Amino acid sequence: MSLLDAQGLYAGYGGVDILRNTHLRLGADEIVVIVGPNGAGKSTAMKAVFGLVPIREGRVHYQGEDITNRPPERMVTRGIAYVPQEANVFPSLSVLENLELGAYALRGDHRPRLEKVFEIFPRLKERRNQQAGVMSGGERQMVAMGRALMVEPRLLMLDEPTAGLSPRLIDETFERIREVNQLGIGVLMVEQNARQALAIADRGYVLATGENRYEDTGPALLANPEVAEMFLGG
Amino acid sequence: MVEVIQLLINGILLGSILALGAVGATMIFGVLRFAHFAHGDFMAVGAYFALSVVTVFNLPVLAALPVAMAATAGLAVAIDQLVYRRIRRVQPVILLISSFATALVLRSLIQMIWGSSNQVYQTGIQLPWRIGPFTLKPDHLLIFLAATGLVITVHLFLTRTRLGKAMRAMSDNMNLALITGIPADRVIMATWAIGGALAAAAGVFLGMDTRLHPVMGWTLLLPIFAATILGGIGRPYGAIFGGLVIGCAMELSTLIIPGSYKPAVAFAIMVATLVFRPQGIIKGTV
Repeated sequence: MSLLDAQGLYAGYGGVDILRNTHLRLGADEIVVIVGPNGAGKSTAMKAVFGLVPIREGRVHYQGEDITNRPPERMVTRGIAYVPQEANVFPSLSVLENLELGAYALRGDHRPRLEKVFEIFPRLKERRNQQAGVMSGGERQMVAMGRALMVEPRLLMLDEPTAGLSPRLIDETFERIREVNQLGIGVLMVEQNARQALAIADRGYVLATGENRYEDTGPALLANPEVAEMFLGG
Repeated sequence: MVEVIQLLINGILLGSILALGAVGATMIFGVLRFAHFAHGDFMAVGAYFALSVVTVFNLPVLAALPVAMAATAGLAVAIDQLVYRRIRRVQPVILLISSFATALVLRSLIQMIWGSSNQVYQTGIQLPWRIGPFTLKPDHLLIFLAATGLVITVHLFLTRTRLGKAMRAMSDNMNLALITGIPADRVIMATWAIGGALAAAAGVFLGMDTRLHPVMGWTLLLPIFAATILGGIGRPYGAIFGGLVIGCAMELSTLIIPGSYKPAVAFAIMVATLVFRPQGIIKGTV
C-alpha cells in the first residue's frame, strides 16, 4: 500500500481548475519530486493534497484512508506536514518557539522531538533563541523544515525548499532532505532545481498545465531527452 | 519643572489605562485583522459591572475588579460568537462596521441598565499624598501597580504558555498557523477573553480616577487606537509603549494648549505616525 495516493484530481480556485486529472503516488520511504514549467500546477497539487485548495473531483488516500478535502489540522495529526515556499516561519517568534508550535496539534512531551530536530539541524540548537525573522534564507528554511518535522510526520511535503538559496546551501538542503528521508519519512517536493532534485529522487512527475506528462524514476526522467528539452533547459 | 513632573505622573497614569485598552485592541487586530470599534465600550461595560458589584455587595472597587474582568471577558466572547464569528469570512470592513454597531448597542444598554448620569465608585474626597511639591492620590498608585501587574501577566501569558505563543503565531502568519494545525477558533476565543478583561480593567481604573458615564470608553477610543498605531499595530509591547507615550503627550500638552484639546493631541500623533512611520515606532517585533 502506498503512503499517499491521489487519483484524478480536479482542483483550483474560484471554480477554475488548475489541476486537471492529476495523479500522484508516493511509497512510504520514497522521495518524489514534481517538476514542470511555471503555472503547471505543481504547488497547487501539494496544496490540494494538504486540504488548502478545494478538490472538486478525485480522491486523496493516505495510508488507505480517504483524506480528500480534510482541514489542515487533521492532516497534521495524521502525520502529514507541509512547508510552504514563502512565509514559512513565524518571524517574530524565536527558533525554539517556531519548533514548539510545530507540535501544537500533538499531545505529550515535545522534548524528544525537539532533540531529534536539533540532531538533524544542529545550527538551530545554537540559534534557538534567535528571532526567526532576522535569520538568513537558508536558516529560515531549516526552521521551516524543523517546524514540520516536529509533528513526527510520515509524509513531508516541501514546496520549493531551495528557492532563493545559494548553490552551496542548495546542496546542503538536498543533503538534509536525504537524511530526513533515511529516517523513514516519505518526501514529496516541488522543485525548480529539477536536475538536482531528480538526482536524489526515487521517482518524479512532470506536470504541465495541470496534467501528468511524464512519470518515471529520477534518473530515467533525467535521461529522457524530451523531458530534458522541455523542462530541464536542454 | 515641578509642573512638568506632575503632568508626567498624571500622564503615566493615563498612559497605563490607555495601554491596557491598547494591548487588547492590538491583539484583536493582530489575530482577526480588524479595528475593533467597540473596544472603548467594553471598557465602559467593565466599569459598570464593577459598579454593580461595589454597590450590591458593598465591596471595595479593587475587589470588584476581577469580577468585572471575568464578566467582560465572557461578554466579549459571547459577542464574538453571536456577531463577529458569522461575518469573519467576509471583508474586514464589514467586521469594522459591525463593531461600530456593537459599540452603539453596548452604550445604549449601559444607559438602559445603569442610567445616563455620572456615577462614582466612592463618594467623599480622597486625601492626596504630598511628596515634596508633588501630589499623588493613593488610588493613582493602586491603578499604576494593578496595571503593571496585568501587563506583566499578559507578557508571561504571551511568552510562556502554549496558547499565548499560538496567539503570537497567528498574529504573525495566519496561513502558517493554519498549516501548523493551531486551532484558530480556540485562539480567537482566548484573544477576545483577554481583550475584554483588559478593557474592563482599563474602564474600572478610569472610573476610579474620574467618574463613570456611558461614553467614558468611547471618548478614549481615539487615544487607544493612536497608541496601537504608534506602537505598531498588532504588537502588544508596542501598544504598552504607545499608551504611555500618548498618555504623557496628552497631559503635557496642557502646558501649551487648553486641556479640552487632549484628544486632538492623540489624533495628531496618530496622523503623524501614519504619515511618517506607519509600521510604528518600535523596530522589529517582540
